[in-house]
Amino acid sequence: MADKNEILAGLAEIVNEETGLEVEEVQSDKSFTEDLDIDSISMMTIVVNAEEKFDVKIPDEEVKNLTTVGDAVDFIANAQG
Amino acid sequence: MTVTLNQPAPVAGTRVMGLGAYRPELVIDNEQICQWIDSSDEWIQQRTGIKTRHRAPKDVSVVDMAEGAAREALEHAGILGAQLGGVIVATVTHPFATPSAAADLAHRLGATPAAAFDISAACAGYCYGIGQADAMVRSGLSEYVLVVGVEKLSDFIDNHERTISFLLGDGAGAAIIGPSEVPGISPSILGSNGEKWEAVAMDSSLLNFRDALAQARETQDATELLNAENRYWPTLRQDGPTVFRWAVWEMAKVAQQALDAAGITADDLVAFVPHQANIRIIDEMVKQLKLPEHVMVGRDIVDAGNTSAASIPLAMHRLLKENPELSGGLALQIGFGAGLVYGTQVIRLP
Repeated sequence: MADKNEILAGLAEIVNEETGLEVEEVQSDKSFTEDLDIDSISMMTIVVNAEEKFDVKIPDEEVKNLTTVGDAVDFIANAQG
Repeated sequence: MTVTLNQPAPVAGTRVMGLGAYRPELVIDNEQICQWIDSSDEWIQQRTGIKTRHRAPKDVSVVDMAEGAAREALEHAGILGAQLGGVIVATVTHPFATPSAAADLAHRLGATPAAAFDISAACAGYCYGIGQADAMVRSGLSEYVLVVGVEKLSDFIDNHERTISFLLGDGAGAAIIGPSEVPGISPSILGSNGEKWEAVAMDSSLLNFRDALAQARETQDATELLNAENRYWPTLRQDGPTVFRWAVWEMAKVAQQALDAAGITADDLVAFVPHQANIRIIDEMVKQLKLPEHVMVGRDIVDAGNTSAASIPLAMHRLLKENPELSGGLALQIGFGAGLVYGTQVIRLP
């Protein structure tokens, strides 16, 4: 089980692979769409890769609620149980 | 004494003998689309890969387009319409629940009294049709079967909606299936997931339309009536992200099943022709399947848009036309869409 810092770092790597954004840009308070300019298709790729990396399930209906990077980190942390 | 029934004598294999295509004349570019939705050519190309889509004018029907593609397929296959034992039309935009597009098409091609029926399997319709035709020919039921994937999606589009309308185009692609001494069509993988019924769909039924108009008429208000017509005429909508995730990750697994059932690996392919839903789905599927560099990928969506049941035969027809050296090689085709349903098989290119 990863702690929130590890999750953030892991997520930043995934975002970097999908979009080319620098890992330092992927901060907790950043909005995926507004600040990081990640569209819904790239978001799905990020979500699927995060599911694999952290061994969690992130259902389609939950993805819409993940507005910021922090939202995603919190969700993954809770989903780990 | 027990009476026994006859059964037709099966044949050793089946193959795709010929392909045909019909692309309607009206070309809608992104500039035109941006008169209907607030967007840009750059955004549309980045999100979907699409530069243009073709749409049929009012006086060109689903059966007209199917006929155009079918005639070319018959010529390519070297057989006459009268030799067809079956005519299958995969479509969701023939505007009659009955009689079928296939019955009309069979008559026009001189194929009467061939078996004729439509398949409603959205973007998987063509692969469902190929699977069905393969079974009909291989079992000895029919000698030659025509399969057409055809759509006039423009009849069921709200050009102002943002989830799918700007992707969609019209067209038809056709294949003739016939007997073969060696297998030219692998075992089809056909499936469904009805739990995701709402992920991509027409947003209203004809009953909704009828009842909404009846209600609006009672108000005797012309604006109410117009609003009801616009709101309740069935048009296509999708939950894009849900469809994207399913199409890429679930369908990549299904495509692998098709390779396994065919007894081959991705290395053995010369071409990959997925349903032309969105270039990003296509590119991600190529990645997931780890297709080698030499495998040519159908990307007709750039010019034709997403034509649902017509997209695979149109893309395959174009790939072969532009790369005739692919003839005789193996192609993996996979369709997936509203239902949700999917169909896939490997074929030897004619």
